[in-house]
Amino acid sequence: MTLAEHLPILPIVIPALAAPAALLVMRRSRALGIGISIAACLAMLGAAIALLVVSADGTITPYAVGDWPAPFGIVVVADRLAAIMLTLSASLGLLALTHAVLTRADRKGWHFHPLLQFQLMGLNGAFLTGDLFNLFVFFEVLLIASYGLMLHGQGAARFKAGVQYVIVNLVGSSLFLIALGLLYALTGTLNMADMGLRVAEIAPADQGLLRIAALLLVSVFALKAAVVPLHLWLPRTYAVSTPAVAALFAIMTKVGVYAIIRVVPQVFGEGAGAAAWVPAPYLFPAALVSAVIGFAGVFVARSLSEQAAYAVIGSTGTLLIAVAGWTADSLGAALFYLVHSTLAAAVLFLVADVVARRRGSSGDSAVPGPAFAARGGVGLMFMTAAIAATGLPPLSGFIGKLMILKATAASPDWGWAWGGILGTTFIGVIGFARVGSAIFWKSTGDDLSPVASQRRADLAAPAIALLLLAALSAGAGWVSAYAGAAAAQVVDPAAYVAAVMAEVRP
Amino acid sequence: MSYEFLLASAIGVLVAGGIYLALRARTFQVVLGLTLISYAVNLFLFASGRLVLNRPPIWNKAVAEYTDPLPQALVLTAIVITFGMTALVVILSLRSFLETGSDHVDGDTVPCDGQDGTAGSGGEPPQP
Repeated sequence: MTLAEHLPILPIVIPALAAPAALLVMRRSRALGIGISIAACLAMLGAAIALLVVSADGTITPYAVGDWPAPFGIVVVADRLAAIMLTLSASLGLLALTHAVLTRADRKGWHFHPLLQFQLMGLNGAFLTGDLFNLFVFFEVLLIASYGLMLHGQGAARFKAGVQYVIVNLVGSSLFLIALGLLYALTGTLNMADMGLRVAEIAPADQGLLRIAALLLVSVFALKAAVVPLHLWLPRTYAVSTPAVAALFAIMTKVGVYAIIRVVPQVFGEGAGAAAWVPAPYLFPAALVSAVIGFAGVFVARSLSEQAAYAVIGSTGTLLIAVAGWTADSLGAALFYLVHSTLAAAVLFLVADVVARRRGSSGDSAVPGPAFAARGGVGLMFMTAAIAATGLPPLSGFIGKLMILKATAASPDWGWAWGGILGTTFIGVIGFARVGSAIFWKSTGDDLSPVASQRRADLAAPAIALLLLAALSAGAGWVSAYAGAAAAQVVDPAAYVAAVMAEVRP
Repeated sequence: MSYEFLLASAIGVLVAGGIYLALRARTFQVVLGLTLISYAVNLFLFASGRLVLNRPPIWNKAVAEYTDPLPQALVLTAIVITFGMTALVVILSLRSFLETGSDHVDGDTVPCDGQDGTAGSGGEPPQP
């Protein structure tokens, strides 16, 4: 067996080994622990890019863990969609890590680096698994790590938000298990490819149960994605988290979106008989309301981090408006916007941190404070991040929103979709302009409080993230072509089933 | 009374009690409620492979029929995870109570029934 054959499992194995290694050596040498953490992130990025290249021609690579064939064994599946998500999570992990190390946020509590690695392990596992129960397990892995990371740095505000966050997610996990139990009782399998084949044969008497299971499952994913009305936990949690952690959490809501994109066409798609597209009618209105509530939150937010948290809700809503079309076109647009909006949200959190560090006691609240060092430069950074988050040209958000508008034009609800997306963009622009002008243009004339940081190193991570966004805009043609191909693969479950179940076919 | 009815009603009662406690919005009650719900979920998962009496889940020369072994593996995983999570949420709510001086899940000031009110002040944490 060569390393190339084990490629699909590497994004899970690397952080699983790096986390305990970092934990052990951190006691002796902090620098070595950071080194292990960075090396693991780079290796994950390498593996993700290799998978991106391998999957480029449409190959679906199943990896049977322990060589037990699907559907009896656990199977890990790498396709275009998984490769895109893996590359995104590795890049974001590296970005959050860089920011935490440069701003020394990782020293404000214990075990930042091992927890970050476990978080990435959970994310990568959720993107790769081809099995619903393992999806639950990897959700738990990433959630447990996220509890630790969310409370990193401590403080009463974090504990207040943390209790809510943990309890909401525990309830979500219980619902996830109930949905899984129902689906297993009905289909007798947990493998997604196999389940997709078997839901079509379910007796009419059991259709009601199947619908309940499908809707419960999608509700749980919607809870993770913070879709209205399941979004209430998000703003407080993200706004009080350590900013580097919040930047990493930008991908956590996208895990919910990813799970919806993966499971609904695969299990409840065209071939599902009477239960085909059960969750579809509920998704579009929820997405529309999420976009409106998210950007309304951007409009009224009292601090930059709160604004970034609401921007996450708004962008997830916009994303799901595209997903709710369920065509290859609209899913392709959604995937492109997913990559963009994750990076844009991360930049917003990082810039909020940069501002908070420089303004001393005023923090990142949206009120005029004393003038601070490098205000012009940071202001420019905030403006670029705001342009990215709202989707104005020339950055990739504009391209993403344009693609979504084009893809939804054919659907019967196009009026609502266009009105929602264009209206929320407008509200978002005004919201960012209001906060930006209060922080960067007005000043109270007081002297800067002495605790404010003047270090330039904290500008590095947001600058890199902005460069990534610029690269995404420049390479939009290539990325959108890849996203479109990934979407075409998602809406064609037959190829996925053929690849995963190949080994048991007589 | 059939076995199915017993199991279904047990799950129903556990869930009902769990939801009632979880909606009390005080961390201790919520933790208890979540524990009840997770017991119900484990029973439910166990039942998802159909209820079969006196059949082994593993291979045995003497018998021809088996019970489904997969739900048992699922329940084991679910128990391990929920056990860990319960431990975490107990510690977290204790720490949050010491940190914020309130055992309300909002962490905000709430009048405490039958106490002198210091616990809800949000200032000095009360001595445990």
